[in-house]
Amino acid sequence: MKKVLSLLILIILTAFLFVMAAGFTFGTPLKSDMDDYFIKNGQEQIATNNIVTTVVFDYRGFDTLGESTVLFTAVIGVALMFRKYIRGDSDENE
Amino acid sequence: MRMSKIVRFCADMLYPAVVIFGLYVIMHGHLTPGGGFQGGAVVATAAALVIVAYSYEEIQGMLSKFLFQVQESGGLLMFGGVALIALGLGTTYFFNFLANSGLLFGMSVPFGPNPGDLNTGGVLPLMNIAVGVEVWGGLAIVILYMLSGITKEGV
Repeated sequence: MKKVLSLLILIILTAFLFVMAAGFTFGTPLKSDMDDYFIKNGQEQIATNNIVTTVVFDYRGFDTLGESTVLFTAVIGVALMFRKYIRGDSDENE
Repeated sequence: MRMSKIVRFCADMLYPAVVIFGLYVIMHGHLTPGGGFQGGAVVATAAALVIVAYSYEEIQGMLSKFLFQVQESGGLLMFGGVALIALGLGTTYFFNFLANSGLLFGMSVPFGPNPGDLNTGGVLPLMNIAVGVEVWGGLAIVILYMLSGITKEGV
């Protein structure tokens, strides 16, 4: 009973996903003003061929700063979490 | 858990190739797909390769935990520092003050498809390097911490 129910839910959700995906038209976004601006002015303003890098590191630089900080914080968290496991070694514990 | 001689030899052979490929991805971040994050992750896999091939005790002399920590902090500081220099020059934070200036990475780029030049992009290559160094140190130290249970005799 439980298996049949979960299978039914899975089928319904998959069908929902595919119906939604079939309705989309790729390549023609509703609003493309921002994309057009980046493509038109990116090479001139930032002097870079790679528009993606231009957006990530220049137009949206603050986002990348946050991303780097998230990575830094994650590493600190991992270091804190695994600190206890290497306490046996005398000078490993930093 | 030490792997066999063949695995260790292959790891030794692959290590410089992986590191050089990762540094290439970082350095060409403003021309080709990829960039600081992706290249840093590639270089960090080299550290994982060595740790898996050798035991944790044997790599103590090869990979320095302190160096990775310095890399991670230094990368993030360099990233924020380059953005702060723009603020010091009287422009906005994260302003690309080197683009089209003729200085380091300061060449202009014509509009439309072109072969590309490494000496373009302004502060973008510098930020790519900063983020790449940070991701390299960060991911490598996470791997070092997580795989520090791999001993010589086997767990």
